[in-house]
Amino acid sequence: MDISLPVPTTVGVRAGWRLPSLVAPVAFLVLVAVAVVAPALLTGTDPLAADPMSALRAPSAEHWFGTDQLGRDVFTRVVYGARYSLSIGLAATVLSVVAGGLVGLIAGLSPRVVDELLSRALDVLSAFPEVLLALLFIAFTQPGTPSLILAIALAFAPRYGRIVRAQTLLVRRAGYVEQATTFGLSRARLAWRHIVPNVLGPLPILATIGLGVAIVNAASLSFLGMGPQPPSPEWGAMLSESRNYLRVAWWSAILPGLALTITVVSLTAVGRRLQARFEGRR
Amino acid sequence: MLKPILRRLASAAAVLWAAATAAYLALHLAPGSTIDTLVGDGPDTPVIRAQIAADLGLDRPAVVQYVAYLGRLLHGDLGRSYVLQRPVADIIGGQIWPTVKLTLLASAFIVVIAVGLALLTTGRARWIRGLVSVLELSLISAPTFLIGILLLSLFSFRLGWFPVSGDRDASALVLPALSLALPLGALLSQVIREGLERALEEPFALTARARGLKRSALLWRHALRHALLPAVTLGGTLIGFMLSAAVVVEQVFGRPGLGHVATEAVGTKDIPVVLAVVMLASAIYVLLSTIADLAYLLIDPRLRKG
Repeated sequence: MDISLPVPTTVGVRAGWRLPSLVAPVAFLVLVAVAVVAPALLTGTDPLAADPMSALRAPSAEHWFGTDQLGRDVFTRVVYGARYSLSIGLAATVLSVVAGGLVGLIAGLSPRVVDELLSRALDVLSAFPEVLLALLFIAFTQPGTPSLILAIALAFAPRYGRIVRAQTLLVRRAGYVEQATTFGLSRARLAWRHIVPNVLGPLPILATIGLGVAIVNAASLSFLGMGPQPPSPEWGAMLSESRNYLRVAWWSAILPGLALTITVVSLTAVGRRLQARFEGRR
Repeated sequence: MLKPILRRLASAAAVLWAAATAAYLALHLAPGSTIDTLVGDGPDTPVIRAQIAADLGLDRPAVVQYVAYLGRLLHGDLGRSYVLQRPVADIIGGQIWPTVKLTLLASAFIVVIAVGLALLTTGRARWIRGLVSVLELSLISAPTFLIGILLLSLFSFRLGWFPVSGDRDASALVLPALSLALPLGALLSQVIREGLERALEEPFALTARARGLKRSALLWRHALRHALLPAVTLGGTLIGFMLSAAVVVEQVFGRPGLGHVATEAVGTKDIPVVLAVVMLASAIYVLLSTIADLAYLLIDPRLRKG
């Protein structure tokens, strides 16, 4: 689904022991990582090589995932597509964590007026449903990879901003920070040495879960034609190209979608397990 | 009781006002002025430019324009489409009903899926819950367009039970609504099951069982009420997701609707139309999540203080 997983953290924690073993998800993610870094290791074909004579062939020993309407090998395109989908999702997540995290940290550490102002700004941004906010951003720029990354980062930043702000306020009021204040530590030193590290702790885990969501959102917007343009083998764009051939060739639409889903399920499973472990430790 | 309600309403109004202002600023600060867009490839002379500026009131001071814009918004005037040369309100008005139908039916499906799945699986054998939890995680993680395409290829192309696209009759609504409802139903069912299991651990559950109440009656009459509380807090998020996902679902099934209008308008750079759809969606989102929050106040008396 193409929003966040707004699951209250307790669900993940309580359900943690119920989740299946992590061997399969981690193995799959390694495979995906290989596809991102060195796709040529997994397939010897060119993702753009069209062969109209063998268009829309069903999966076989020669074409594992069949061929699409132009006779391109779907497996090869799925392998090469990992790079698009993952790098867009990763770039957007990093941007939104950094931007949202900074705003949240500043809001949490600042005097009340600044905090109010920044928090209200985050509220306003959160008042737009994410895909629609991203669409609006793309309407002002133009469809393509860079605006897609920025659009998703903009749509997700408020979420991280709110989490980091809440966490900062929590840490600020903790006993050890008060004690450090009585020892006469300067504000800057207090913030940098004692508050920031404790605020940032849970961020990588949240970002792991958020990464899956960002990947799905990027693919959804690509599906709508807002991302990498054809003939790029981006997973969402592949689905949208194949939608019209669904009657005769389900494989060229559904297999890229399954690759996307399994990637996201794996990321979510790993993220939730990390979260369960992190919260259990505290 | 009255004070928190008023405060919540005031903050919702403030957010809406700020969103409208942000939209206004975006429209006016964006690269490429409105006049450039309107002139397009047509004849470009200073006289024509001045005429367009006067027609749209762009020659007046910024503050006057801003106040006039807010006034028009309150009267439901959303501006004019650059491309179609019609009032945006007319374009949107004609497309609102298909989207409303879709989301209403999807909401009904969500409740049935979530409550049904949670009641059926609470306290069952470990392997059943494990299986359902994997299924739910897959549904939540799968992109909406994949769920739509799977349903489409199975039930429309293979079995021929439902039409492939369009909005001719009620049967055309079933698959799109189901694609919206499956991930959200799965998500909600996780939350409700969690609440049910927690409620069953409460002392009142033991007391009720000791007094001879059947397990099913305990679940339906007592535990479910507790379990629905956390589900209500998720209301806002669910609505936000549904509005976003409806855009994608309309595209998959070739349905008319607000999402379809917005997607087309992004393609033709018809910014007033995109802005209007996004503003409308955020207004609905803010309104419904405010109602969800207020409902929570009504259900749980502990929150009424402060």
